[in-house]
Amino acid sequence: MVNWIWLFFIVTGFIVSAVQGNVEAVTQAAFDGAKSGVTVCFGLISVLVFWLGIMRIAEDAGLLSKLAVLLRPVVRFLFPSIPKDHPALGYIMSNMSANILGLGNAATPMGIKAMQELQKLNPDKDSASPAMCTLLALNTASITLIPTTLIAIRMNYNSVNPAEIVGTTLLATAISTAAAILVDRWYRRKQTLIPTTRG
Amino acid sequence: MYALVTLLSAWAIPVLIVFIPLYAAYRKVPVYESFVEGAKEGFDTAIKIIPHLVGMMVAISIFRASGALELTLGWLKPLFQAFGVPSEVLPLAILRPITGAGSLAFTTDLIAQFGPDSLIGRIASTVQGSTDTTLYVITVYFGAIGIRKAGYALKVGLISDVVGFIASIIICLLVFSS
Repeated sequence: MVNWIWLFFIVTGFIVSAVQGNVEAVTQAAFDGAKSGVTVCFGLISVLVFWLGIMRIAEDAGLLSKLAVLLRPVVRFLFPSIPKDHPALGYIMSNMSANILGLGNAATPMGIKAMQELQKLNPDKDSASPAMCTLLALNTASITLIPTTLIAIRMNYNSVNPAEIVGTTLLATAISTAAAILVDRWYRRKQTLIPTTRG
Repeated sequence: MYALVTLLSAWAIPVLIVFIPLYAAYRKVPVYESFVEGAKEGFDTAIKIIPHLVGMMVAISIFRASGALELTLGWLKPLFQAFGVPSEVLPLAILRPITGAGSLAFTTDLIAQFGPDSLIGRIASTVQGSTDTTLYVITVYFGAIGIRKAGYALKVGLISDVVGFIASIIICLLVFSS
């Protein structure tokens, strides 16, 4: 599916600009896109280096396994395939907590670390395991208690009550996360019934 | 509730940065060496993401710059109006899963144009705040570990985005239109 979306973006982009007689826009856009991809990754370096360092301390101190024990019921429900006391669980919990608190730049490194731990359990290193899909679903839906960026923007434009969207956002994010968990379950069950490797 | 959570968010990182090494030192972990050992992985991980992110950003950038995005939105507009939803917020449904920066810019624009306390401003804020950029998350997380077949993960992400978008609109209509 990623392949098709990727191809669709490029091909329709090319056709539309060609029809409008503006084909050079494609060249410019391609290099702009490449540049911003690299820029974003470079921005990630500092965050990843810092948080992976801190999280290693937490792991060595046994804090991550403590966190995983504390939240075991939730994790067992969402990730039945991960053996208990596996380090992946601690990272998953850290990732979820960081998301909930709206600490985006801490959530990403913890999520990536969790993915790396899940990859160790993954029999097929090219394909996403069910646990990875669940973790991804939780992150794309991203439960956040306070959308800080938006409150700041609303404040900027003189909102009478910048925080009034906290409640609606929380409800919407809860619904989309519930949907993500349900749809993920449905696909996971479907996949185990009919084993297929098609992406 | 709001004040409490903002306070918690503000304190969370400083407290973690102090508490984790302190506790580890108490457990006799060589804290600095541990930090450096873990931090080493950060650079490689970030570099591993580059090809994935560049590939995705190039495609999205071409799609947007060519005007193909606006064209797609134009086709979808009548469908939205049929449901009585202010069609100004529609582009967000497409932008939100594809580009975080793009949809944030669009949301800011809507807020500037219609005001933060208008229905459109409130719906846009709710949509923007309630979900993350699916394509970015999938690219970064799976890119970092070299997963090439994403399986059903993308479908799950996109379906939950649609649900979140519709839910945001309905919730805002119910809460704010009275």
